[in-house]
Amino acid sequence: MPDPTRIDCDIHNEIPNLETLYPYLPDHWLDYCRESAFNGPDAADYPESVPISAREGSSARPDLAEVQNRALQDVEIGILNCAYRVQSVRNEDLAASLATAVNQWQVEHWLEKEPRLRASIVAPSHNPALAAKEIERWGDHPGFVQVILPVRAEAPYGNRRYDPIYSAAVKRDLAIGIHYGGAPGHPPTPTGWPSYFIEDYAGMAQIFQSQVISLVCEGAFERFPTLRVALIEGGFTWLPSLMWRIDKEWKGLRHNTPYVRRPPSEYMRTHLRLTIQPLDAPPNPLHLAQILDQCGAEDLLLYASDYPHCHDDQDILLELLTADQRKKICSANARAFYRL
Amino acid sequence: MTAQFGSTASVESGPVTKDQTNGHGANSPASSVQPAPRYRAPLDTAIIDTDIHIYFPTQDTLRSYLDERWQDYHRTYGQRGFDGSHYPRAMPNAARHDAWPEDGTPPGSNLPLMQKQLLDEWNIEVGVLNPLVGAGEQRNLAFGAAFARATNEWQVAEWLDPEPRLRASIIVPWEDGELSAAEIDRWGSHPGFVHALLIARTKEPLGRRKYWPMYEAACRHDIPIAIHFGGAAGVPITGSGYPNHYIEDHGGMPQTFQAQVISLIFEGVFQQFPTLKFVLIEGGFAWIPPMLWRMDSAWRKLGSEVPHVTEPPSQLFRRHFWVSTQPMEEPFKPEQFRQLLGQLDLDDRLLFATDYPHWDFDAPDRAFPVPLDKERRRKFMAENARLLYKL
Repeated sequence: MPDPTRIDCDIHNEIPNLETLYPYLPDHWLDYCRESAFNGPDAADYPESVPISAREGSSARPDLAEVQNRALQDVEIGILNCAYRVQSVRNEDLAASLATAVNQWQVEHWLEKEPRLRASIVAPSHNPALAAKEIERWGDHPGFVQVILPVRAEAPYGNRRYDPIYSAAVKRDLAIGIHYGGAPGHPPTPTGWPSYFIEDYAGMAQIFQSQVISLVCEGAFERFPTLRVALIEGGFTWLPSLMWRIDKEWKGLRHNTPYVRRPPSEYMRTHLRLTIQPLDAPPNPLHLAQILDQCGAEDLLLYASDYPHCHDDQDILLELLTADQRKKICSANARAFYRL
Repeated sequence: MTAQFGSTASVESGPVTKDQTNGHGANSPASSVQPAPRYRAPLDTAIIDTDIHIYFPTQDTLRSYLDERWQDYHRTYGQRGFDGSHYPRAMPNAARHDAWPEDGTPPGSNLPLMQKQLLDEWNIEVGVLNPLVGAGEQRNLAFGAAFARATNEWQVAEWLDPEPRLRASIIVPWEDGELSAAEIDRWGSHPGFVHALLIARTKEPLGRRKYWPMYEAACRHDIPIAIHFGGAAGVPITGSGYPNHYIEDHGGMPQTFQAQVISLIFEGVFQQFPTLKFVLIEGGFAWIPPMLWRMDSAWRKLGSEVPHVTEPPSQLFRRHFWVSTQPMEEPFKPEQFRQLLGQLDLDDRLLFATDYPHWDFDAPDRAFPVPLDKERRRKFMAENARLLYKL
């Protein structure tokens, strides 16, 4: 069976260093950056030398040539997720200017040079009004297909403070991509700061779960019925357990949130999509097949390599799929979701 | 092997009317829960309830167990914990409406009513008390220690002595490892205490070394450490800030349990304390298989950071953890619940619990959404707890 066309929904283009952005910064912030010891956002989501940051022969910050040679082979369209964490820059105006610079850089160095690529708008989402402006600036550019938000934020994404972001996104038919990482200043767990990177990494799935609960239970999908949210690099095998739990909670407590009109799992199925890497797969393929079946995964999953990050082999998943399911997960779901 | 799915999800399917008021002026929900007839299990096994809550009937009762200095302190300054993260419960005291004693004291504070509604009604052989009184959340640690000790003395005098079916929890001021160890040493050989009780939202992840003296004491007495739903740690209840609603607090507690398991395993607690046992109470359990898959995968790639973790996290979990059943996740279809039990592979570790007198009480005949074979019923309803707690 020939491989179906692939749309890769998670390829990373990282800013090499702050100087890369200097040509795109206004004089004021250029001076500020030069005069201060500022080196850019201090979020350390993927320290360059940890074993998952780059696969063998790849660099943690690949340039366009590397992405073309190693990630775009056999790929029809690749979606770039730049993880530059302007949200961890406390000065919101500087964060906004950095975001504009990042997006300009994405246009000039990636989108204009490689027609197979699409990109994600980086926005200062800790100030939703400024973030909305950034979305408006780029929203009509055909190369941008989503707004990328770090999964760790100051408040959960169902909170109404983020409505200007969603409003700007749905107006331009852009998706929201919630991506691994972020550094909002408070701990990554509900019980304080862990010691090790491996705990941050393993625990990131819980923050995705919290975001799903928030988006559904705070009514974001009722306020924005066309809002589409991709959960990127957070795993997906936890989705059935979350659906079961929150549906049960809703039966007991929905009088507290009357605007959540349908069982939470229905909103999840309708509005969420999840990328397939990291797989976090069980050792027994039967269990993975059960998970896929339990949440209706053929319509929810988006193929992603997460290049250059290094994760488990995805064949265990792809081999479970029928030709039709493979087509959906490898390209059709993404084509519909991102309007490609 | 081919996976069979039948989902009809669609981003294009335009849902219901847009509501600019965020629903505060909305009509009743458009869809309603269809009440299917609930499966009822036969009550043909012994029942051990591993999660019963008791409370002081009045603050005077608590004070009567404190010495004069702390009585005075408590009267003057009261209880001071980590403020600012309270979600009002959906119902007073998060309790069943029928669990209020006639004298107006709080649900769970009246032994005869609890005997009638729980122990006698359901023929409970043994019930484990988990008092959630806040001793461990006192910022004044010396007062927390006195508060914990008073709670333990109260449990012996007013619950264990008059009712032989009950067992108690050693309440500890968990943010101080040494004081907690002293409290465990005080009660560890008393046959009425079966575990030391912590709350899920501690100030730091429980694998951190400040908590280790407490674990050492638990090993000394061979009693498990129980981690129960709830708490206020002074940090947001998600890794991404504070949500708005109680349903997010209540429904989001499994994420806290996951954070604690990740910490305990990757900090090397079980290499340091090979006989230590943990009981996770009121956290559900469907999240366990995917969490273990992710942890194993992370350990394969990032194990070099934690060389003290010398075996797969899933193996450590299955050796060192027990899990109570309530509130259990309810899959869409009965066979999915059986799939879940298969993925869990914890038939010897699930412990039945009612959570009396709280609103989400699980009745022994209605707790499990599907029929279970007799062997599993025996284990879950009583025998796993009997072995763990040496009852």
